[in-house]
This record gives sequence, structure tokens and C-alpha cells, in this order.
Amino acid sequence: MSETPDVGYSQNEIMIAASARQLAGEKNCFVGIGLPNIVCNLAQRTVSPDLQLVYESGVFGARPERLPLSIGDPTLVSGSTAVTSMFELFAYYLQAGLIDVAFLGGAQIDRYGNLNTTVIGDYAKPKVRLPGSGGACEIAINARKVMVIMRQAQRSFVDTLHFRTSPGHSGDPAHDRARGWWGSGPTSVVTDLGTYGFDEETGEMTLRTLHPGVTLDQVRENMGWDPRVAGDLGETSPPSEEELRLIREELDPAGVYTK
Amino acid sequence: MGGHPMSSEKVTTMEEAVAELVRDGDTVAIEGFTHLICFAAGHEIIRQRKRDLTLARMTPDVIYDQMIGGGVAKKLIFSWLGNPGVGGLHAIRRRIEDADPEPLEIEEYSHFGMVCRYVAGASNLPFFPIRSYYESDIPSVNPNIKPMRSPFEDGTEVYAVPPLRPDVTIVSCQRATKDGDAQIWGLLGCQKEAAFAARRVIVVCEELVEESVVRRDPNRTIIPGVVVDAVVEEPFANHPSFTQGYYDRDNDFYVKWDGVAKDPETFDAWLKEWVYDLSSHRDYVEKMGAAHWDRLRPEPAMSGEVNYGRYA
Repeated sequence: MSETPDVGYSQNEIMIAASARQLAGEKNCFVGIGLPNIVCNLAQRTVSPDLQLVYESGVFGARPERLPLSIGDPTLVSGSTAVTSMFELFAYYLQAGLIDVAFLGGAQIDRYGNLNTTVIGDYAKPKVRLPGSGGACEIAINARKVMVIMRQAQRSFVDTLHFRTSPGHSGDPAHDRARGWWGSGPTSVVTDLGTYGFDEETGEMTLRTLHPGVTLDQVRENMGWDPRVAGDLGETSPPSEEELRLIREELDPAGVYTK
Repeated sequence: MGGHPMSSEKVTTMEEAVAELVRDGDTVAIEGFTHLICFAAGHEIIRQRKRDLTLARMTPDVIYDQMIGGGVAKKLIFSWLGNPGVGGLHAIRRRIEDADPEPLEIEEYSHFGMVCRYVAGASNLPFFPIRSYYESDIPSVNPNIKPMRSPFEDGTEVYAVPPLRPDVTIVSCQRATKDGDAQIWGLLGCQKEAAFAARRVIVVCEELVEESVVRRDPNRTIIPGVVVDAVVEEPFANHPSFTQGYYDRDNDFYVKWDGVAKDPETFDAWLKEWVYDLSSHRDYVEKMGAAHWDRLRPEPAMSGEVNYGRYA
């Protein structure tokens, strides 16, 4: 992990703030645990007050009163809009196209936003056995937008995945448009170093902004391919005082995910 | 289905239910998505040293880490293998990564694929079609996930998964009658589908209640007694998982399990202390201590009442 000068906020805090701003105007949001959970709760209190938090455990419209450790925490149930069976959640909400945006991450991502959450090494004799798909494969295919939050490193931003759990862009946008899926590859990636979009012509991950104090060389040192860089490369806006206050005082006072 | 006993014979102990209904070589599903995971049944299966089971569960969770590390299973069918919010499941990983102490056969799906396997099993269908797995490597390592075309005009490509029909499904619930009519609120997971799909069903409840309690609120009945073979009243059966309204998820336990399971010696010592050296879940509850259970008890948050109406 790269060295960061003391800028008054942590790497996780700028990842959370940058991701939350991308949820402006979104409605039904499939939330993961950890950073995405804080991102979505921050967005609900700032740029996206109408955001509905949806959890694969079967909860629509959650209003968690504490930071949930798992996506099945009882605090997600109490006070929610609806609790459904998992079949209903995956079939009627996700597969039918009601989910506007979802968060995914993984042990490995490639330049087209394909994700590996299954194994490091060979499938039959893995070096590290990872959790597997969970809902990720169908989320990647059926959510209308997918956003990725991941820390950047050579071992996680790789030229070739060891296993493709969840499909991203194919590298051929004409093919992607003909897939007929609700979603078709991630729309953004936020890391501890910068933010990325995906090029419309090639479907390739493209660096859009660097976080304050981060250099292009640092980005290159922490990924397994030479990244495409936007012509108008900008700087990520640092978290505002209000965003930091919400994160530190309301959303993660113990600093479980944000230190 | 069909061989279910008369109601008065269904209420039994965990020891007897597991001894009679879980057999070596069976496919066993202990379902419950984060919520209502019946650890008490898993511990009893370990204690009775059942062998060569095929264990099915969407999220194997700490209970299957304990059972698989405890040597009861030869195969695992799953869709997400981890300790939620914490990390990996070390006993299972040792068997998959290093065949330590012996190999573990695996068959993996996505969540939606697993849910729909139970739906097909419960519905007596030969397969269930879903829009998932496109351009994923998962079907390449699992021949039970197959692409097919819609027989109708648009010819849409979908993936089919086969029915899953466990020999035994064990589900927990808040309350049940002596006939096995089970009521659940909070996260529903795929308990209903897994129960209807199974050949034999054990219902475990926090409280046995009178039939009139269920009949006053029939919408909350997830599993009717007609598909249930045994009913076990077992308070705190789901710890360190939780029962909505009864006790909280013991997150500290899940965090600590990571350290316990990392080392086979501390893993074995835990199983000895908390499973083999105890005779039943009642001992476990007592050993954990009253203060522990007090800490996990939530403040009440009652639902409003609804008017079903009386139509005499």
C-alpha cells in the first residue's frame, strides 16, 4: 500500500466520499457490507435522500440504526419497508430490473471490470480459496449500474484474472450492447488512489481523477497493466467537513471501516 | 413426503430427531441466511459423529466450518463460503486448499442459482431457468449449470439449474405448534423452499405455542406441519446466529471464531469444550452463562396488529 501524507482524512474516507457522490440521483441501491454500506448511508444523508437500501438477505428500504457487521444483521429488518424471501429479492427486484445501482468488489479485477471472488491459483487446487459468487454474478448482470470499490495493488488489479466470477465489459462494446442484460460491465471504480470510468469505445478502465497528493506513477506501480488515462485527468475533491463529520460521528464512530 | 408421522409423535428432543432422521451419507441442508442458523442441530450432528454427509447451504457460515472440520461431511454444496463480515472459514479452506486432513468435494453456485435449486426441488420441476452465469467461469467448473434457449419465439438464452432435494432439511423458527406449523419473521432466507424440497424436515423453535396462536396470524406461517417430521423446542438454538426479536447476532463470537479456526489445535479444543464434552444444547446455554444471554437480548419493538376479520 502506498504512503499517504497527512491530509486530514484517511484513504478509506476519501474512497467513501468519492463513491457516495456518484450515487446522486440514484434510487434503488443494492448494498454490500463494509465500505459500500457506509457509502450508501452517507449518500442517503447527503446527495441522495431518496436512496432505498436493498440487501440480498431480503431487505428493501432498510433504515439501519447501527453499523451492521453482516448483510443479514437484525438492524436491517427493524424499520425497513419490506422483508422478502431471497427468491423474491433476486427474481422480482434484481432480475426484473428494479435495481438501479449495485456495489461489487473482489480479490481481482481486470481492465474491463471483470471480477474474481472465487480462487487465487488453480480452481481444482487453489492457493487461496475465496468466498465465491454469492449474489455477485447475477448482480453484475442484472443491476442497471455496477460501481466497484477496491484498494489498488499489483496483485488485485491484474492483467489476467485467475477466475472470472462476475462478468464486466468484454472489450467489444458492440457485443456488450447486444448482450441484452440490464447492466453490462461496471460504470466506475473507486480506489485508494483515484477514480476510474470505462471508455465508451473500448470498454477499458480509464483513470478520471487522482486523489489529492497521489501521482500517476503511484497508480502505475499499483496495477498490473498500463492504465488508460482520461485526457482531462482531474483531482478528486477531498471529503468535505460535513461528510467527515457524518462518517466519523454517525456512520462509523468506532472507526471499524474508516480508519 | 407422505410418511410424516401424526402430530402427537412429532415433538421430540434434538438428540432423538438427529439420531432418527439424519443418516450417514445423507444430503443435509441446515438453511437460514445469517438469521436462524441452527447451530444446535449442527453440534448434535457432530456429537453423534455422523459421517459422509453432503452438506448444502447457501452460506456455509461458521456452523459448516465446525461440522466440516469435525469430519461429518464428504461434500459441500454452496454459493458463498465465508465468515460474514469477518473473513474466511479456515477449517473448510484447509480441506479445499490442502486436503487437510482429507479432501472435500465442492459444488458451487451463485446465490440465485442455489435459491432456484431449492425452488425447483420444492415445486417438483426438472430445472429452473435464470438470467445469470452469462460469460462467467462458474458453469465451466460446475456441469450442473447449463445454458438453454427459451422454447418460445424470442429464444432468449438462460441458464438452468437442477432441483436440490435434501434428504433432510433443518430449519429454525421463532415459534411452532406441536404439529410443526412454523412461524418466522425477519429474514426469511430460503427456509420455506428448502423445507418443501426435502424428504424429511426437522423444525426447531424457540417456543412451542398453542395452535390458536398460529391461527390468529396465518400469514406468518412459513412452513406448515404437513411437511414436518419432527419438532424440537430449543431456546437459543441459533447462537451465535440470531433469532429476530429474541436475541442478537453474537458478532463478537464470529470475530473470535477466525482466531479459533485458524489453528487446527484450537479448533479441536473448541469442539471438545463446546460440543463433545457437553451432552446437549441445554448444557451449552448453561455454560455460556445467563449474563451472556442478557447482553444479547434486544429491546422490544412490537409490530402493529392487523384485523383479519371474523367471517362466521
